[in-house]
Amino acid sequence: MEMINLTIDNKKIQVEKGTSLLDAAKTVGINIPTLCYLHLHDLDITNKPAGCRICVVEVKGRRNLAPACVTECTEGMEVNTHNIRVLNARKTVMELILSDHPTDCLVCAKSGNCELQSLAHELGIRKLHYQGEQSHYREDTSPAIIRDVDKCIMCRRCEMMCNDVQTVGVLSAVNRGFMSVVAPAFEMNLDHSVCTYCGQCVAVCPTGALTEVDHTNSVIRALADPSKTVIVQTAPAVRAALGEEFGMEPGTLVTGKLVAALRRLGFDYVFDTDFAADLTIMEEGTELLDRLNRHLSGDKDVKLPILTSCCPGWVNFFEHQFPEMRDIPSTARSPQQMFGSIAKTYFADKLGIKRENMVVVSIMPCLAKKYECARDEFKVDGNPDVDFAVSTRELANLIKQSNIDFNSLDDDDFDRPLGESTGAGVIFGVTGGVIEAATRTAYEVFTGKKLEKVEFQQLRGMEWVRSATVDFDGLPIKIGIAHGLGNARKLLEDVRDGKADFHAIEIMACPGGCIGGGGQPLHHGDSSILKARTAAIYREDESKVIRKSHENPFIIQLYEEFLGKPCSHKSHQLLHTHYFDKSKAVEIE
Amino acid sequence: MATFKMHLLVCGGTGCRASESENLFHNLRTGIIQKGLENDVQVLTTGCFGFCEKGPIVKVLPDNTFYTMVKPEDAGEIIEEHIIKGRKVQRLLYVNPLTSEKVEDSKHMGFYRKQLRIALRNCGFIDPENIDEYIARDGYAALGTCLTEMTPEQVIELMKKSGLRGRGGGGFPTGLKWEITRASKADQKYVVCNADEGDPGAFMDRSILEGDPHSVIEAMAICGYCIEATKGLVYIRAEYPLAIERLKIAIKQAREYGLLGKDILGTGFDFDIELRYGAGAFVCGEETALIHSMEGFRGEPTVKPPFPSVSGYNGKPTNVNNVETFANVPVIINRGAEWFASIGTEKSKGTKVFALAGKINNVGLIEVPMGITLREVIYEIGGGIKEGKKFKAVQTGGPSGGCLTEKHLDTPIDYDNLIAAGSMMGSGGMIVMDEDDCMVSIAKFYLDFTVEESCGKCAPCRIGNKRLNEILEKICKGEGSMEDIALLRNLSNVVKDTSLCGLGQTSPNPVLSTLDNFYDEYLAHVNERKCPSGQCKALLQYWIEPENCVGCTACARNCPVNAIAGERKGVHIIDQATCIKCGACMEKCKFNAVFIK
Amino acid sequence: MTKIKSLNDLRAIKASVEAKMNLRERSDAPEKLVQVKVAMATCGIASGAKAIMDFMVNELDKRQIPAVVSQTGCMGYCFAEPTIEVTVPGKEPIVFGYVNEKKADQIIEKYIKNGELVEGIIPVNYESIESK
Repeated sequence: MEMINLTIDNKKIQVEKGTSLLDAAKTVGINIPTLCYLHLHDLDITNKPAGCRICVVEVKGRRNLAPACVTECTEGMEVNTHNIRVLNARKTVMELILSDHPTDCLVCAKSGNCELQSLAHELGIRKLHYQGEQSHYREDTSPAIIRDVDKCIMCRRCEMMCNDVQTVGVLSAVNRGFMSVVAPAFEMNLDHSVCTYCGQCVAVCPTGALTEVDHTNSVIRALADPSKTVIVQTAPAVRAALGEEFGMEPGTLVTGKLVAALRRLGFDYVFDTDFAADLTIMEEGTELLDRLNRHLSGDKDVKLPILTSCCPGWVNFFEHQFPEMRDIPSTARSPQQMFGSIAKTYFADKLGIKRENMVVVSIMPCLAKKYECARDEFKVDGNPDVDFAVSTRELANLIKQSNIDFNSLDDDDFDRPLGESTGAGVIFGVTGGVIEAATRTAYEVFTGKKLEKVEFQQLRGMEWVRSATVDFDGLPIKIGIAHGLGNARKLLEDVRDGKADFHAIEIMACPGGCIGGGGQPLHHGDSSILKARTAAIYREDESKVIRKSHENPFIIQLYEEFLGKPCSHKSHQLLHTHYFDKSKAVEIE
Repeated sequence: MATFKMHLLVCGGTGCRASESENLFHNLRTGIIQKGLENDVQVLTTGCFGFCEKGPIVKVLPDNTFYTMVKPEDAGEIIEEHIIKGRKVQRLLYVNPLTSEKVEDSKHMGFYRKQLRIALRNCGFIDPENIDEYIARDGYAALGTCLTEMTPEQVIELMKKSGLRGRGGGGFPTGLKWEITRASKADQKYVVCNADEGDPGAFMDRSILEGDPHSVIEAMAICGYCIEATKGLVYIRAEYPLAIERLKIAIKQAREYGLLGKDILGTGFDFDIELRYGAGAFVCGEETALIHSMEGFRGEPTVKPPFPSVSGYNGKPTNVNNVETFANVPVIINRGAEWFASIGTEKSKGTKVFALAGKINNVGLIEVPMGITLREVIYEIGGGIKEGKKFKAVQTGGPSGGCLTEKHLDTPIDYDNLIAAGSMMGSGGMIVMDEDDCMVSIAKFYLDFTVEESCGKCAPCRIGNKRLNEILEKICKGEGSMEDIALLRNLSNVVKDTSLCGLGQTSPNPVLSTLDNFYDEYLAHVNERKCPSGQCKALLQYWIEPENCVGCTACARNCPVNAIAGERKGVHIIDQATCIKCGACMEKCKFNAVFIK
Repeated sequence: MTKIKSLNDLRAIKASVEAKMNLRERSDAPEKLVQVKVAMATCGIASGAKAIMDFMVNELDKRQIPAVVSQTGCMGYCFAEPTIEVTVPGKEPIVFGYVNEKKADQIIEKYIKNGELVEGIIPVNYESIESK
């Protein structure tokens, strides 16, 4: 490895060739401030357009200041990161950015969690010397995401996520000069674009330009309505991240406190989406085995591989981008929707109440869930199976608003029957988890043998695209996994072109799976947070006594009492769906 | 009808008129009539000879005699001696300053001419849609020489020796650029011609492409040979339909002759050219933005390094040169590096094409050797300032450049001197301003342009230029303060210091150079609320001089906002708060009573 | 067009075209042609060069003057567009500026037919590479 010697702020250092000034400075405790820069180390996601010019430093011999994020160290470089020229430039640029930014911080959704706000504070900005016209744009509200682009600072992180990582291609810079902003083509609204609502743009937005549609007030109103029975489900990834909003270490599991908080908020029943995840495995696993058996018996029409369908961002993606392949994914609804469907039929019957008087709230790490629960096919006579999907961040806010000291809560348990789950349901929250859960059940059902070891390490990890072969008692089952829609695209193109011979593929729209969802506490570019959440999910799985979905006693009971058997007529009615060709659904206003 | 045997051409340029060429003309004409020669000799005024310091000029046809510094009283002698007796008036002949010899035939006095056409050698001379005419003027001979007699290394060496530097503005040595691109190893490389000319008022590249497209095609092929590229791309703005049309014709003809395509001149060298159209964004003249635009992406610059010579179009090594740079190449190959290097200054070789515009008589396209002074360009080639007004400044380098003043008039023009003087060569726009131009407004004009043309990628350019423009507007409106001037300077420096690409790094130059050279104008706007040139409308005040006002009411009747009060036959008064400064009162007043304060 | 296969082919074309052009421009031979070049760059066209080109082509033909009218690029005299260069056999080329139809008519009638110059002459003020 070639080493480079240079001096930063009078410190002599040695770094590997190719190291940026920003990283080199970090090694000697010099934190050069950044704004547009984003680097998710383990996922190899980088945004460094060098556009904000906050990280500029002085390099001796250069005419202009150099952006530290993209300037490579060279031999003998002499760098100053905080002399008066640099400080003046950095503060002036910051003042410029602030001069074109609304000053409604007090009522901004991002207040207190805004990178622009913190940076302004760190740089000691006390006065805006340069003021003038501000750029104004139309606010755009979609079912899941609000774009208030007056607050856009052109960091282009969202654009990078939407194009490079997700390959959805909705967001890009439009207009030029002072009026340039990131927007869908022709400045259309998001709901007229091919947006999947994966929310990765929201997850990386440093300001309040991109935020989720906030349903907390609707939840508060429902809870206050005595005529309603309000029940709540919480997705697996929520328990591994919610603690961060209350100052806990990333990766702290807060399942018990979460249940306690929800009960204090006034929900009549606190249930677990993990239960519905187990149900999903029953349906999807059965579908997989059915297709597999038909394939093995020589049925040429059978579609393989089967693709998972529990991620709503992914469903939106293939409806828009690969509509001709929409008969390949499993028809099983997502756990959120299975839960809502069962809640408003089976459970409502048990309580003896009408579905109109039941409100189902789901706590989700995801913004696409907001869109999913509003889909027409998940409504009965206009009444949705799930009324409100609330993000992890919104829940944290709701808890704070309700004066609950989260950290001091005692652990509590989910209600029954829809709160009981297995380890298989929990791992739905990470990439590879759904297929691992399905494998645990499918293996035992297919081979009739008991699994010695339920962990399938070969299905785990953060690699974008993974493949593994699982031995089903002599029959090698090929499994593919992709997270991030760009990687899903690659895998899907291989399937379309006949280059892939998988039996089953799991796809998650968000990097890392649901733990990295668009509704989760903001990671601010620290990918170690995503790793810690993943580890927490696997810990939760290990701590469970039952770790296979088909062994969940309440699932068994549900089939006995209500559904009959997996993929029965009734479960098809309540737990399965169909997909639409949305390739032409994009309209130009 | 008369068939004239001789013609006397008297220079009618402004410079010569100032030195009594009109009287000279009159004397010549009456002299000819007196001698009864009006059917044999025609006396005529012409446009500027570009030799104003030696004016007035009289040229005699058909013998091409060139008389300089001719006085009205010399008319008789010219007629008597030259016309009647056929003897040239020796004392009026131009003396070659190099040899001290008198020049009898102006055909032999090319040296007096300030212009030298290398890049424009064929413009206005050949039919650009006829490849044969180009070939007749040594066209494609340079390509032939390179392919058959020289190695790529030799050609590059020759280019380096010639001292040719990029004519797009930056002035990077062309040979060196080729060498670096050659050194980058790749399966495919590209030659790109930057024809995205965007400076306001500049049309050098358009004229070359319209007048001599083959010279660019030939040079691109030579460059391809040197850097081992088989593909050439011309990035040209779609607003240049004629240039596009002529380029297309030229490419087609070159292909038909086998001068583009496979196995050129039987040497095994393959090269072909395609066109890529730009939508007319100034920033796309920046080479990384240009490349992104060609790739189908938003025309935004990216940080260099990597330079296009390492990673350019589609990630492949790409050599980007400007139209004018390419147009020089074939001549350099044909005439040799030493020949080219003998023209110009020590560090800037050859010539530069300028689009001369503004308050100057001979607005047009000129090509001058490096090292010529602004004075020569303005007063001799340009024929001086319009209407005999006073020269104030010349703006070079377009929106990236600065203003040069009186004190720079004798500075030899080259890359380094212009930068030292606070401006830059740029692509060749040259706008002359006179005493009527307000320099604060000029700075604002350029900022208007850069605000419009910024791509918006980096914060200092996107927002900083907007704020600079707003401060300038404030000053022009008479609402500025000394603090604004300080803010202006600081912000200009920060935008220069922190912007991502050349656009933002140079956009404050018009502000800084006017601050440096015309600080008193800024002070007048701020402290006295006055625009010394009377250009800033908001700072004008129309007043009525009571002594001149007869109370005719013409002003009051024509005022569109009823700002003028006064009785018939009484003195009128303008209400300054209501006045919109349209100037109608001043126009209508027959008694010179309305004045501007 | 046939392909040019070698440098010698190229030189042959050069020689033949050059000869033709010389004949056109400098010959005193009886088949002498008047040559008119019209500056037809964007600036010239915008100022009306196309109409002048048409006028010269039609009128020279109508008035039975053997002539070649061709287009060329920008001559650089933007202040005086449209500009045309007229070469009468045996004489130096002369550039006329500010050419409108009336001026064009005068150029044909006075200069081309009788050698009488008309107003609007632009002295060529540059050096070509040949002389350098």
